[in-house]
Amino acid sequence: MKASAFSYARATSVMNAIELLAAHGDSAKVLSGGQSLMPAMNLRLISPELIVDIGDIAELRGIAVTGGTLRIGALTRHVDLLNSPEIAAHVPLLTQAVAHVAHPAIRNRGTIGGSLAHADPAAELPACMVALDATIVVKGPMNERRVPAQDFFTGIYETVLSADELLVAVEIPVPPNNAAHFFSEFARRHGDYAIVGLAAQAVVAGDILTDLRLVFFAVSDRPVLATAATKLVNVAVVPAVLSEASRALGEELDPGEDQQASAPMRRHLAKVLLARCVAALLGRPDLGAGETL
Amino acid sequence: MTIPLPISLQVNGERVDAQVLPRLNLADFLREHLKLTGTHVGCEHGVCGACTVRVNGEIVRSCLMLAAQTHGASIETIEGLSDSGEIADLQAAFGDRNALQCGFCTPGMLVAAQDLLKQEAEPDRERIREHLSGNYCRCTGYQAIVDAVEATARARRERNP
Repeated sequence: MKASAFSYARATSVMNAIELLAAHGDSAKVLSGGQSLMPAMNLRLISPELIVDIGDIAELRGIAVTGGTLRIGALTRHVDLLNSPEIAAHVPLLTQAVAHVAHPAIRNRGTIGGSLAHADPAAELPACMVALDATIVVKGPMNERRVPAQDFFTGIYETVLSADELLVAVEIPVPPNNAAHFFSEFARRHGDYAIVGLAAQAVVAGDILTDLRLVFFAVSDRPVLATAATKLVNVAVVPAVLSEASRALGEELDPGEDQQASAPMRRHLAKVLLARCVAALLGRPDLGAGETL
Repeated sequence: MTIPLPISLQVNGERVDAQVLPRLNLADFLREHLKLTGTHVGCEHGVCGACTVRVNGEIVRSCLMLAAQTHGASIETIEGLSDSGEIADLQAAFGDRNALQCGFCTPGMLVAAQDLLKQEAEPDRERIREHLSGNYCRCTGYQAIVDAVEATARARRERNP
């Protein structure tokens, strides 16, 4: 179908965009890369009265490392993340994850800010932001807010953003040298939304995980930071320990059911990903062998 | 109020000035206003890839971009790629290998395949499949398409070793 009629404004600056949003409230929508907004409009799932195109705002672009923080502007496209040497060097989790985001033609337009503000529970980037303990930087008419990624997502396509606020950047603490990561997802076709996915960021000391953030996606209405990870930290991970963590994961996840998978199938696949993740992080293929724990 | 917006852009090397309604997407602008009907409209929500064109040298879904967003951009459609001869060998390979039947997906498939071949001289079948994963074909079962792209990559390497 075609989108219903709307007015169009090309914002000239962040403040101009916020003024436009403040003036039009819920009837306005921000157009970034448009790779989620345009399908929703073409399908008439949403019919905004005003589109605020932020595509020309240069200050929203770019990737910069300052001190221990990596800052990514909201308009940074998926293809820019994929090809960025800074991202590959400091947060390889993101490089790996972005390769799973849709297809090349979509990655050439889609942006990180758009993906996060859209908050699809099956999307890769929101989960990565929680795994990396990122801060989402949000600007409103009066001030700037800094929201931990973990608190940013509040439901299916829902975030803490209010109608007059603009997501301007994300800030990621640069992981330490002994950091390790894991990313994997099950999908019907490469580039499709995940049936179940896992983004994990860890710190490894010898054969011990001293920190572990396991974030599952497509298993709830938002990314899930699994508390089962605590069972794997600062202990020698023998099969019984992994088995206990897997049981705890199964208990804390409450996945939904749709045409792609039943709830038990999602729970099972999440456990498979957990075993593969721990095996990969610790370089212990034996732990991944008993995947069906 | 939804008033037409003035846009000025390059399409296949020619300057185009137009007045477009905000809701008009790039695919419909190319087809209805410029009569460049090689860009096909399939799903209209970014899934099928039939509307793939180049914007400033990069492939995009023209159904997921507003014509209003192309102000100042350079667009290349299948007509442009065809007329310049840039993909003549790829088109011939598609014919030779039976990589098309009804032809609906073919323009988008060619634009996406050429995008890969410009970036990589020696993509393996897995890479070809991955790069074309966003383009649906309901006739061929894809094997012949992958064959054609692989054969073109090989032929180009032999021509320009």
